[in-house]
Amino acid sequence: MPDSVIFGMEVFLNGLMAGVLYALVALGFVLIYKASGIFNYAQGVLALFAALTLVGIMEGQVPFGHLINAVFGTNLHHFGWEVPALLAIALTALVMVGLAWVVNRLVFHHLVGQDPIILFMATIGLAYFLEGFGDVTWGADIRKLDVGLPQGLNPWIDEVTYNLFGYGFFIDNLDLVATVVAAILVVALVAFAQYSKHGRAMRAVADDHQAALSVGISLNFIWVMVWSLAGFVALVAGIMWGTKMGVQFSLSLIALKALPVLMLGGFTSIPGAIVGGLIIGVGEKMFEFAIGPLVGGATENWFAYMLALVFLVFRPQGLFGEKIIERV
Amino acid sequence: MLDASEGHVTADGRKIGGVVMEMRNITLRFGGVVAIKDISFDIREGEIRAIIGPNGAGKSSMLNVISGFYNPQEGEVWYKGQKRPPMKPYQVAQQGIARTFQNIALFEGMSVLDNVMTGRIRQMKTGLLAQALWKGRAEAEEVANRAAVEKIIDFLEIQHIRKTPVSRLPYGLKKRVELARALAAEPSILLLDEPMAGMNVEEKEDMSRFILDVNDEFGTTTVLIEHDMGVVMDLSDRVVVMDYGKKIGDGTPEEVRSNQAVIDAYLGVAHD
Repeated sequence: MPDSVIFGMEVFLNGLMAGVLYALVALGFVLIYKASGIFNYAQGVLALFAALTLVGIMEGQVPFGHLINAVFGTNLHHFGWEVPALLAIALTALVMVGLAWVVNRLVFHHLVGQDPIILFMATIGLAYFLEGFGDVTWGADIRKLDVGLPQGLNPWIDEVTYNLFGYGFFIDNLDLVATVVAAILVVALVAFAQYSKHGRAMRAVADDHQAALSVGISLNFIWVMVWSLAGFVALVAGIMWGTKMGVQFSLSLIALKALPVLMLGGFTSIPGAIVGGLIIGVGEKMFEFAIGPLVGGATENWFAYMLALVFLVFRPQGLFGEKIIERV
Repeated sequence: MLDASEGHVTADGRKIGGVVMEMRNITLRFGGVVAIKDISFDIREGEIRAIIGPNGAGKSSMLNVISGFYNPQEGEVWYKGQKRPPMKPYQVAQQGIARTFQNIALFEGMSVLDNVMTGRIRQMKTGLLAQALWKGRAEAEEVANRAAVEKIIDFLEIQHIRKTPVSRLPYGLKKRVELARALAAEPSILLLDEPMAGMNVEEKEDMSRFILDVNDEFGTTTVLIEHDMGVVMDLSDRVVVMDYGKKIGDGTPEEVRSNQAVIDAYLGVAHD
C-alpha cells in the first residue's frame, strides 16, 4: 500500500476523533434550540464556565478570591483541600443546574413570546456576562485539567496498525474516550427525548406552548430542565476540551466551530449534530492533508465555514433538519 | 350552594350527579372591553353542558376562564366544593380539567400516539431522575399508561393512524386526536371549544357520536361550545346562552328554545 494512502487513513481517523469533540459542543446547541427555539450563543462559554468551575472545585480554590482579596486586603487563594474528580464533577453538575435555574428566572422567563432574534441577542449578552463572571470567580489563568482520563498514544492501535501497514497510527486515548462518552450521551439523550415523560413534554413544549399548558406541562420547569441538560453537555464538552487544550478562555471560541457543524447536521437533530461534527472533523483534516500543501496550508481555519456555505446554498435545513415548508 | 348529594337520572339512563364546578359572578375585562359580565352558572357531574351564543358573545373567553388561560377580575370559580385560587393553565390541567382548542393545538411534529401520551402527564408521577435512569417504576408506569392510551385510541377509532405524524392528518382526524389527548387525562371536566367547527355533515355526525359515547362510556362531564344549534340541542343536557358577555338564558334545550330573550338575541325568528 502506498504511504500516502496509509497516512490518509490515519488523518481520516484523527478527523473522526476531532469531529466527535465538535459534535459534543454542537449537541448543547441542538438541545436548547429544539426545546425552546433559542439559538444559544453562550453554549461555548457554558462549556468554558463548566471547565473553570470543575478545576476550581478540584483544586479547592476560593471562589471570587481576587475580588475578596482586593476588597478586604486578605490573601485567600485556596481552602487547602483537594476534591476528588468524581465528586467535583457531581458538584459542578449541580452548579450548572443552579445556573440553568438562575438564567431562566432572571432572563428567559421575562422574554417568553419574544422574537427569536431578541432571544439570540440575550444569549450573546449571557455569553459575555458568563465569561466575565467566570473570570471574576475563578481567575483568568490557563489551568491544567486532569480528571484521570487516559491521554497520549494508544499503544494497542499503534501496534495493530504497525503489524498491518508497517506504520503505527497515532490515535490519542483521550479522543477514544471522548468518542465513547459522546456515543453514550447521544443514545441517552435520544432515548430520553423519545421515550420518557419529560422528554415527551420537552418536545411538546417545543411544538406548541398553548397545547403543552393544556395538558398540564409547566413551561418553566421544562426550560430549566433543558438549560440544565445543555449545561451538563457543556460540562462534558468542557472536560474533554479542557483536558486536551487546558482550561483557557479561548475554549469559548470552539463554539464557533459548532456553527458549521449545525448547518450540516441541522439545528433540530441530535444525530445530525454527531454526523455533522464527524463530517467537519474528517473533512477539514482530509482537506488539509490533500489540498493544504498546494495552497500553502492553514485550510483548517476556513474549510468548515466553506462547507457550511455550500450547504446553506443547496440544503439550508441541513442533512437531518426538519424541512421548512411554507404553505401558501 | 354546592349540593353534591343531589343527582338524577336522565331519560336515556345516564346518571347526572351533583355540582362539580360553579362559576360565581365572573367578570372578565380586557382593558376597557368587558368580555364577560357578571355570569354565574354551574356544571353537574356527568352532564353535557353547552355554552352557546353569537360570535363575540364571550363563549371562548368563558372556556379560557375555566381552563385557567384567563383569570377573571371579579368572581369566583368553585371546583369540587372548593374555591379555586388564581392558577396557571398547567395547574388547572393537573387538577383534571382537560380541553381542546377551536383552532386545534396539537404537537404537529409528534406522532398521534405521542400526542395522546402527553395527555397522560397528569397520571405519571415518577420524577425526573427516575425517568432519566429509566428504572423500575418509570418503566412500569410507561407501560400502564400506554395501555390506557391504546384503549382511548381504540375507542375513538384512530388505531390506523397511531404512528402517523399529526401534521399529515386531515382536519377532521386532527380534531379527533385532540379529543383523544384530552380524554387520555381522564378529566373530571372535559372542555370542547367548537369541536365541530369547519367540519362537513358526516364529520359532524361522527364527532357528535364520539362526544355522546365518551359521556356514556366514561361518564365524562363535558362542557362544549358550539355554533351549530341543531347539534347543541341534540347533544346537551343543559345550555347556557350568552350574548355580548352576558348570560341571557340557562336551562334544558327545550327551556332555552322557548326563552324569548334567547330567540330575540340568537335564534332570530323561528323558521318552523
